[in-house]
Amino acid sequence: MELALDILPQVLVDGIVLGFMYALIALGYTMVYGVLEFINFAHSEIFVLGAFVGVEILLLLESGGHFATLHTAFVLLLVILSGMLASGLAAMALERVAYRPLQGSPRLVALISAIGASFFLQDALRFFESLWRNTFYLTYPTLDVLDKTVPLGFNVVVPVKSLLVIVTALATLAALYLFVNRTKLGTAIRAVAQDPDTASLMGIPVNRVIALTFFVGGAMGGLAGVLFGLHYSLVNPYSGFFPGLKAFTAAVLGGIGNIPGAMLGGMVLGMLEAFAASYLSILTGGHFGAEYKDVFAFIVLILILIFRPKGLLGEKVREEGA
Amino acid sequence: MKVGLAHLGVVTYVIASAALVFAFPQSVLAFLFFEASLLVIYYATIERNTKVCLSALVLLVLLPLLGSVNGYFLEIAIQVAIFVTLALGLNIVVGFVGLLNLGFVAFYAIGAYLWAIFGSPQANQFLPGNLFPLASGWFFPFLILSVGVGAFTGALLGLPVLRLRGDYLAVVTLGFAEVVRALVNNFDRPINITNGPKGITPIEKPPLFFQPLLEFFGLKAEPSVIYPFYFYFIALLIVMLTVLISRRLEDSRIGRAWKAIREDEIAAAAMGIPVVRMKLLGLAVGASFASAVGVLFAAKQVFINPESFTFMESIGVLAMVILGGMGSIPGAILGATGVTILNLQLLKGLSLWLNSVRQSGIVLSIPLLGNLDLSQIPAQFEPAKYERMVFGLILILMMAFRPQGVLPPRKRGH
Repeated sequence: MELALDILPQVLVDGIVLGFMYALIALGYTMVYGVLEFINFAHSEIFVLGAFVGVEILLLLESGGHFATLHTAFVLLLVILSGMLASGLAAMALERVAYRPLQGSPRLVALISAIGASFFLQDALRFFESLWRNTFYLTYPTLDVLDKTVPLGFNVVVPVKSLLVIVTALATLAALYLFVNRTKLGTAIRAVAQDPDTASLMGIPVNRVIALTFFVGGAMGGLAGVLFGLHYSLVNPYSGFFPGLKAFTAAVLGGIGNIPGAMLGGMVLGMLEAFAASYLSILTGGHFGAEYKDVFAFIVLILILIFRPKGLLGEKVREEGA
Repeated sequence: MKVGLAHLGVVTYVIASAALVFAFPQSVLAFLFFEASLLVIYYATIERNTKVCLSALVLLVLLPLLGSVNGYFLEIAIQVAIFVTLALGLNIVVGFVGLLNLGFVAFYAIGAYLWAIFGSPQANQFLPGNLFPLASGWFFPFLILSVGVGAFTGALLGLPVLRLRGDYLAVVTLGFAEVVRALVNNFDRPINITNGPKGITPIEKPPLFFQPLLEFFGLKAEPSVIYPFYFYFIALLIVMLTVLISRRLEDSRIGRAWKAIREDEIAAAAMGIPVVRMKLLGLAVGASFASAVGVLFAAKQVFINPESFTFMESIGVLAMVILGGMGSIPGAILGATGVTILNLQLLKGLSLWLNSVRQSGIVLSIPLLGNLDLSQIPAQFEPAKYERMVFGLILILMMAFRPQGVLPPRKRGH
């Protein structure tokens, strides 16, 4: 057990980082589910798009030799904001092109269209990068500051990039919480989620609010994408599949349609996964290793659906007949 | 029976297209024409019996004959048959019952691994006695066993989620397929059951029980010559059986119950339909088709590994069902044939063409754009690498413009 305790702080940090990542992506699923009641399957590609916009900007800055002249904080801010903007706009465009024409048709139709959009976007991104860089496996350039570590006492050392993920995600989540609960636009989003018809009667422009929801959810996904790239370095057009699937699991875990639920679900799933990755092998005497961490997430999903189908914080279900 | 112009036209088409393939055995286009003859027969305004006879002629006589000219055509026909069976299975789940299953390939993998593990020396790794590989005669019992195993896993998967809303089922099935793939990929330790990413080989082929008969008629052929034809006929038999089962189910009490659930679950429940049981049955029947054809796939390929059972395959089969028309048996067949041919022949053909263009070294000079050196086209542009984009576009465009598919199910009056 000596060994198990030694790695505990590292596992906790990994879990928190992963948890924030999942929480940010899960928000996109949960917000869209809230207003449209359907799974935006292409959200994982919106996430990847953010990662790609981030890497492209960093590569451009690097090749232009701007890393030396610009302050790293400014570079990071620029990358994060452009990733968020690009993903938000892409999510809005996606809604306009692939989902809005299908309003009023059965849910299966919209879901299948979303799967199609997801596949199309993956290869579109691959095509573009093949044309532009002749490869679609990209690596984030190293920013020296991010690879430094900060000692926190008790032999715990935290890399700056993990701190970056944690601080950025916390700030954004707090801002989102305030936006949804304290502003007029946020109230409009909640109203549409509760009952679109009545919201429309109250003078809320429902379609515009839906577009706004896609923008906000997409921007959260884009932020997660940039942070993912900064933290794990490698991105390719298909790297959104697993994070997307797990973030969806996180959204269901917290109660889909429920914004604090998505944050909680992401954190719980990230922690579970980090612990599974590190301790599964120790607990089973080396028989089952970290390769089962993906399986673990789905087993969690199935267990929740059996025992607590509404998630940890309960699902915001629209009234029947609405 | 009056022989009309339609008969003449259809027969002419069949003979002409077959002759075309004989004349140009390397031509993909000629083969496409020949494949279309089944569609022509289906649409022609002729009697049912004539249609059946003509289809039998095409499938049982002409296609094997063409296969003896160019073996690749036979390979394509087998692949098409495998995907038609998968599409018919998914058609029951998505089309009849209205449940979105995104992990259909998992059942295919279960069938394939069932035979691969016991039909190869692999099972010796965890079972004592050096009993394996099983004799090839076990192929047919395993084909039947796989139907049961597929049905059981299908129902087992449905059990926890069927009481929930449909979207959850989509994600759970998707997760289930990934779990199956991860298990297959990693179960080479602590006990080696699946041999992990390295895959399993050699897998036994079905028994050549009819070889003495062939020799009696003076036909002496090497097994390597017989097997493609043999697999073709087994695949055809499986397709026939699945079509028959699908048709009979569609018109039965069960089929009507499925459609009632698809249209309005609450009303169906109010009419006394055991909704959950019927849904489980649908999942089980669909899964059993996939699992049975998986056994055939393993025997045909001789080698299988987890790479053959990715999410991509599940979406491919879904695209087939949707393209053809959800809930329509001819639609599923057409969709599977179309998408498989698109994948195997058109996209690959275009890729080959692009390669030959690149190797030709021609430099095009385009006004305003300057010179375009064709050998500089990067290999990343091969159309065969963009099947996701093609499937994605099929799904989006079909949902936007023709959600009922190319051959929607006929609404029958009462």
